[in-house]
Amino acid sequence: MPLISILRLLSAQRHVLLTCLALGVLVSCGPAPAPTGIKDPKEADNREVHEANKAIDKFFVRPVSAGVSEVQPGPLRRGLSNFASNLAVPNDIVNNILQLRLGKAVENTVRFAINSTLGFGGLVDVSTVAGLPEQPTDFGETLHVWGFGEGNYVELPVFGPSTERDMFGRIGDLVLDPIWYVLPTGEALAAYGLVVVDDLNYRDRYSATIDSILYESADSYAQARLLYLQNRRYSLGQTTSSDGANGFEDPYADDSFIDPYEDSNGN
Amino acid sequence: MATETNRRTVLGLGLGAMATAVLLPRGALALTVDQARALINEVTGQVTAVINSGASEAQMLAKFEQIFAKYADVQAIARSALGPAARQASPAQMKAFTQAYQGYISRKYGRRFREFIGGRIEVTGAQPLKSYYEVISTAYLQGEAPFDLRWHVSDKSGRDKFFNLIIEGVNMLSTERTEIGAMLDKQGGDLDKLIAQLKKT
Repeated sequence: MPLISILRLLSAQRHVLLTCLALGVLVSCGPAPAPTGIKDPKEADNREVHEANKAIDKFFVRPVSAGVSEVQPGPLRRGLSNFASNLAVPNDIVNNILQLRLGKAVENTVRFAINSTLGFGGLVDVSTVAGLPEQPTDFGETLHVWGFGEGNYVELPVFGPSTERDMFGRIGDLVLDPIWYVLPTGEALAAYGLVVVDDLNYRDRYSATIDSILYESADSYAQARLLYLQNRRYSLGQTTSSDGANGFEDPYADDSFIDPYEDSNGN
Repeated sequence: MATETNRRTVLGLGLGAMATAVLLPRGALALTVDQARALINEVTGQVTAVINSGASEAQMLAKFEQIFAKYADVQAIARSALGPAARQASPAQMKAFTQAYQGYISRKYGRRFREFIGGRIEVTGAQPLKSYYEVISTAYLQGEAPFDLRWHVSDKSGRDKFFNLIIEGVNMLSTERTEIGAMLDKQGGDLDKLIAQLKKT
């Protein structure tokens, strides 16, 4: 990314900062209480979308990702992955600010500045080596910080597992992303195109794991839903287990579990 | 005479120790944070050694099953995975299921562990949680951002064992219960068929 674009990007943050000060009052509501269990009233519809997503993966995404990854030398894939991560940082900063997590906003700004310059436009992740690792966030998290609960589970076409809140989060991120406002549309689209290539590389790189969930589990819909919800709640800090919060099962105390040491059926 | 006394003393001590072991309530075995931490240090050390041993996949999977059988509360995990269906199972079925499940889960997770080659797991902390302990570790994999790996350890089986593994918030007991439940459904709720399937998977 040319340096001038970065400077434009950084100056754009100031406008965002002013906007969010006005929004600051929202943040005082605090995060919604930690959700428990699975809310999926539209399960039948979601399952249909899931089957369609699996077909899209099987006949398009999976084979294309294998082909696309194969033609790139390893260092190129790595560079592209760094580039895509770096490109996401401006939007992270916007969300950091909207969440009033200003420390993180500063860290991400420094990270972005270092990687965009010393890291050759983001191709090399100098910051992680320097002790400033990636701290991704998104507008779904911002909504969470503002007090919105996750809502019902939804499986989105193409994008996969999500919740109602995170679905709006995705839309928010698309609109908020500073890339659109600092780069000419053509360049922004090209940048997004590279991100899509990186997504394909990701699909290929984690093929064994993704395949095991999608094609080897007995109920890939239920597995994907559980993985998404548990991991998402964890990344939002809703399952910090120090308080023994939900999601951390005690098989010795669980109602639906029969204690093998107490049960007469036990052996 | 002296010999006789010695023999009786030793015998008495031995019997006393046995009686103590049998009669003391489980609470007397109470696990400490340090013990929980030591257990997981041992497990991760052994797993890492196997991963980086350069052994064939079949050899590794066999080793993982041994480690799993030794350090995990397989009976509790298997029962939890089977969920409410465990209530209707006969003792013989539960035994067969637990045995089949032990092999199945070792193979399933063992195959994933191959991605750990060249990596390491560092235990960073431990804390009491409800009626058990949580041991916190960080996994460092080549070319990956480090991730959070937590182990839940209990001594309710009579020995210090881990019964759950939480990877970046995703907990093994609940994913296993979802998966085993779905497999059982696919077998029309027939536990014997599920056991046969687990042996093949």
